[in-house]
This record gives sequence, structure tokens and C-alpha cells, in this order.
Amino acid sequence: MAGDLKKVAYYPGCALEGTGHSYNRSTKEVGKALGLDLVELKNWNCCGAMEVKNVDPQVQTYLSARNLTIAQDMGFDTVMAPCNGCYHNLKKAEYDLTHNPQAAQVTERISKKAGHKAYEPGGVETIHALDWIKHGVGEEELKQRAKGKLAGLKVANYYGCMYTRPRHIFPEKDQGPGSESTSKPHFMDDILAAAGAENVEFPLKTACCGGAHSLSDSDISTKLVLNILTTAEACGAEVIATECPTCHSGLEMHQVRAEKVLGRKTSVKILYFTQLLGMALGLSAKKVGVQENLSDPSEFLRLKGLG
Amino acid sequence: MDLFPEILPAIDAALDGEAPMPAADTLLAMAEEVVVAWLAARGEAPDGETVEGFRLLALHRQGCRGTPSFNACRETCREIVFRRNVVVLGEAGSAAAAREMRLMAMTVRHLALFVGGKLAEAGLGDFCCSSRPLREAGAA
Repeated sequence: MAGDLKKVAYYPGCALEGTGHSYNRSTKEVGKALGLDLVELKNWNCCGAMEVKNVDPQVQTYLSARNLTIAQDMGFDTVMAPCNGCYHNLKKAEYDLTHNPQAAQVTERISKKAGHKAYEPGGVETIHALDWIKHGVGEEELKQRAKGKLAGLKVANYYGCMYTRPRHIFPEKDQGPGSESTSKPHFMDDILAAAGAENVEFPLKTACCGGAHSLSDSDISTKLVLNILTTAEACGAEVIATECPTCHSGLEMHQVRAEKVLGRKTSVKILYFTQLLGMALGLSAKKVGVQENLSDPSEFLRLKGLG
Repeated sequence: MDLFPEILPAIDAALDGEAPMPAADTLLAMAEEVVVAWLAARGEAPDGETVEGFRLLALHRQGCRGTPSFNACRETCREIVFRRNVVVLGEAGSAAAAREMRLMAMTVRHLALFVGGKLAEAGLGDFCCSSRPLREAGAA
């Protein structure tokens, strides 16, 4: 992990300006509350998501690399991307530019056309919001700051499929104690446990949410999400904590759809981990954007003494 | 499209309490059947190997060759094996074993839904689950 995480470049990505706005809001608020400074990349662009990657993966590499160039030009050696898709794509660009000369050539060519210098791998490290809080603050300080505010809250931590895959683009993971695990990720568990939450054993923490099927086959997505929701409930969870806007939107939307289309009602709440952490730090539900979520957990939060 | 018409209804019935829960090794065999279906759709036969003593893990590894996105169910397969071991090594008939069996059944269900979805969408390619570069031969 790069040096000082107290002030890092921030790449919110497109989703955090749209359906994931409450993740954007809560991430910034948690940063403020913890004394972590985020400086948003100037004139950032889409990471290439899945749309550009489908047309031409090397253009996607360029698009992600351009954001890394901006971070470097702004004087940062670390960029934090809270969205799993963005995080994955920036990491992948770093990997591709290091290992694939053709990708480097394409990035060089498009960068020249666009009138900026091409990103050189090794210049900027991409981290996730989980790394930022886990390494920038640490569990001890979180414990002191949160004072067990999430005590009694049973949480299933859901990481989705892109936070740890493919393993080779995350060289810092699986490095023993203190590092993240790609087979059993735990950073979100650690952070929320430090705030007092009771994490349940959840077998689907990295399982597919069906995000990519959402438009082409909604029924499959609904069934996958319903299985995640019912499994979390079977594990005793009251809340599913998320750290990806695509997973989060999918869980919320298909929770509603499962009830409408399949007649299966589930009551587990879905909240970003930054929303839970923010409320544990004393921020109001409004401040962390709970009202921007699709579902309304306000009664549940009131009963738990949160928000 | 009915996905795994024998496996999913059997698991649903067991989880809904309408049928007895299959034994842990039966659930494991169902998971293997799901991955074998994925291999068959690619024109492959299981290579007969085991990984860490389990056919399921070997089948999964085989299923990833040439299709790295199939790794999205890697941990799902490992969780199935883990739950199976917890059940087999634990106290038979205990409440803890029953809970593990339910979680194992739910995890097998997830594998079946995931692989079924991938099979249905296979023509679309391989980002995460469902896309591939449009310039790739035959993709458009």
C-alpha cells in the first residue's frame, strides 16, 4: 500500500454520480469525519466500464489509464476508487500496461492524439474505499471513534465478484497478515466489527449478484439476488453491507422485483458500509444519504438507535 | 428457460420444508452435475481429476480454462466443499449440522443459478458473465 492515505486522489466514477450517489455522499462524509482528505480528479472520465471494454478492451485500458495520468499530474501517488467496477478497471489498466506491450502502444497512441502524456505503470496505486479506511485509519481508531455504536447489528458483508477477481491484477492481496484475502475477503468485516457490528458467517460474500444479466435476463438476476438475500437472512443477518454501487443497486432493485414477480418478500436491509460506518461515527442517516437509497430502512435504523 | 429442472426444484423443496434435505454428499454431487453441464455445453468431458480431494474443485478448474470469468463461481464451489466438510465432520442430526446443510443447499442453488444464467447467455460472451469484445470473431 502506498504511503500516506490521509490525503488521496478520489475517483468516484459514473455510478457514484447516479444510482450510487448515496455511496458517494457517505464516502465523502466518512472521510471528513475521520480526517481523511479526498481530492477529486479534475476532468475525470469513465473507466470504460463494461460498455467500452466490450467494443475494444484496449480503449478501456486507455480510458482508465487517463484517470491515472490525471492523478499523477495532480501530484498523487494513490487514487481511491470506491466502485468495484472502477477499482477493477484501474487495477487492470495498471496490469495491462505493465504486461501487454500492445496495450501500452495503444494507450501511447491515443494519449498523444488526446494531447496528454501517456500513463506509465507504477506511478499511481489504485486502492478501494475499504483499503483507504482500513489502512488510512485502522481498526483501533475506528473502535475508539465509533464506541460500539453498531453493537447488536447483525451484518452480512457482501463484496461482489469484482473486488477480488481476477487475482493477478491485485498483487497486494493474499500477502499474509494485514492484507486482503481474495478467497475470503474480510476488510469490510474488520471495519464494521471495529464499529461494533456482529458479522455473520455468510457463504455468498463474493458470489455473483447477476449484475451483468440485469438487462439481458432480469429473471436470472432476480433469482440470484433473492438467493443472496434469503441466504443472508438464513445466516441471521439484519443488514447486508455493500461496497459496490452495481451490487447495491441490483440487491435493492431485485429485492423489490422478487416480491412483485416471484411473491417472495425479504426483510433484510441493504446499506453501503460507508453509510453504516458514518452512522456509527454519529452522522445522521440523512447525512450519509440513506434517503437516496431505493428502500427505506428508517424505521429499522430508528429501532437500532442509528441515524 | 428451466435451469437444471431436477436440481433447483429439489433444493427449493428441501429449503421450503416440502421435502427432506438431501444428504451433504448428494448436494455436492448436484454441484458437480451443474459444472459438468457447463463443460458439456463447451463440448468437453470431465477430465477425471480431483483438487484437494474434491471432484467439484477440479471440474471448476477445468471449466475456467479459456473462460476466466468462470472464476466468478470459484469461491462458491469452495464454500460448497467447506460446508460439506463441516457437515460430514460435525455431529450428525444436530441443529448446527441442519443449519450448515441449509447454507450448503443455498450455495449449491446459487451455483446452479449462476451457471444456468451463464449457459443461457453464453452467446454473449465473457465480461463478468455476459459480454465479449464486439470485434471478436462471431461475437456480434
